Amino acid sequence: MTNSGGVGRVESKRARFETPLSLRCGATLPAYELVYETYGTLNAAKSNAILVCHALSGHHHVAGHYADAPDNIGWWDNIIGPGRPLDTDRFFIVGVNNLGGCHGSTGPSSTNPASGKPWGADFPLVAVIDWVHAQARLADLLGIESWAAVVGGSLGGMQALRWAITYPQRVRHSLVIAAAPRLSAQNIAFNDVARQAILSDPDFHGGHYYEHGTAPKRGLRLARMLGHITYLSDDQMGEKFGRELRNGAFSFGYGVEFEIESYLRYQGDKFAGYFDANTYLLMTKALDYFDPAREDAGDLRATMGRTRAGFLVVSFTTDWRFSPARSKEIVHALLANGRDVSYAEIDLNSGHDSFLMADPHYHGIIAAYLRNVKI
Amino acid sequence: MTNTLGRPDLDVIAGWIQPGESVLDLGCGEGALLRILRQGRGARCWGVEIDPANVLAAIANGVNVIQCDLEGGLTGFEDGAFDHVVLSRTLQTVRHTQGILAEMLRVGREAVVSFPNFAYWKNRMAVMAGRMPVSEDLPYQWFDTPNVRFFTIDDFESLCSQMGLVVRERMVLDDKGKLIEEEQNFLGSLAVYRLKR
Repeated sequence: MTNSGGVGRVESKRARFETPLSLRCGATLPAYELVYETYGTLNAAKSNAILVCHALSGHHHVAGHYADAPDNIGWWDNIIGPGRPLDTDRFFIVGVNNLGGCHGSTGPSSTNPASGKPWGADFPLVAVIDWVHAQARLADLLGIESWAAVVGGSLGGMQALRWAITYPQRVRHSLVIAAAPRLSAQNIAFNDVARQAILSDPDFHGGHYYEHGTAPKRGLRLARMLGHITYLSDDQMGEKFGRELRNGAFSFGYGVEFEIESYLRYQGDKFAGYFDANTYLLMTKALDYFDPAREDAGDLRATMGRTRAGFLVVSFTTDWRFSPARSKEIVHALLANGRDVSYAEIDLNSGHDSFLMADPHYHGIIAAYLRNVKI
Repeated sequence: MTNTLGRPDLDVIAGWIQPGESVLDLGCGEGALLRILRQGRGARCWGVEIDPANVLAAIANGVNVIQCDLEGGLTGFEDGAFDHVVLSRTLQTVRHTQGILAEMLRVGREAVVSFPNFAYWKNRMAVMAGRMPVSEDLPYQWFDTPNVRFFTIDDFESLCSQMGLVVRERMVLDDKGKLIEEEQNFLGSLAVYRLKR
């Protein structure tokens, strides 16, 4: 797979922070490391930086490829590069793996300095606000006083929202894509079934599976299969798989028969092969806890009154995980405060995953908005 | 009066907006009016638009635009949130005429409405000649038009009084954009209103 027109070869970097970080859950991380990547050039005024926040299973490798792994292309490569919506000829793009992640930043699989063993289940539950505080320290390190924009989809969009609320002076624009101001009971329900799949796997060992030389892959596989259903739309699944049978006839057993089963099992297996179950647990809890309006007794309007950024809110018609109605809650809370906000509802059939698609209209909206961002 | 983008009604509307006031433009298209109001009048502006291409163009024009279907009303917009709610050359394309007028005056202190006057003499002439009018202000063929409601200045004012809406100001223009003071329902091609409850 080639990657013409993108940012090309990239390298990941690592930053160590020795100042303790107080977390939302009450715990303190004495020190931590963040891995990150940057694309484009930071201008002299350091005014052209865009932070890209990742979702549940994402990481710092947002665009480009590595010299020693040309096929390992960043998860949002299609939107970043010279002339692309997140234009590296104009902007300096930063991608970071969040705390608790499993792609190099400090997380459950890192060594707990207190025990000399992997943190495992002892790694504190980190919240979206903790990620934002940690990202702010990375911004300090890079000399970025304020982001031209913070951009994210899904859980990444929640970080973009949280940034604008918690650091209003440090975010000039917030691009909140396929997100929600808080999870619904149904969203939490799906997350809990996913967690139960992991927690009830005999290989979980209370989260300390690293010491047993194993991993709860069966649970993680189930969690991913379930999650994957919520990322796609019914229509798309119907179009892509329908009721197609792998062997053309019923076999009256529990093996793989329908194409959709094959697809989901493949996705589950692939994911369980590289992702850490403790990170998955932690990320889903961060989603469940996300509710910035909780600080204002549930009044989202009051919460959004603390923002100063311009907003672009984007939703997708077939996204039933975080439906357009959820994005509109954010839009109307901003409007009620007289904030600058634009809202686009994109007609794409890929459900929640639409935010990763290279659709010309969708990308046109992002590109048009960012072209008007002053640097 | 300066002619802006060939849309003299926009100049009339701009003249009614004071600096710093908030404006919601329903069916804002590519955001032409909002740009004028923001840059020329220092207003705080938002638009509502349903067409994806127009939403993209409005964002490219640097104006705030909310993608939303007006037929669904203005659900989610707070009462009295805007100083002015504008519906320029769009009322004739909306099915729920009374609903949208009521919604405009729910979310805005004042409604600003412009629409083509079907009773304009040139339109009457066209109908007299046996054909539906096609003109500067009614630029569509009958079989390919976004317009679903055809009404006159007198019709509109009758509806306003029926709904208890107060006409604060009315400006009527002919098809050259010239102000018409007399026989407005006959000589006027386009009407622009300021309404309040």
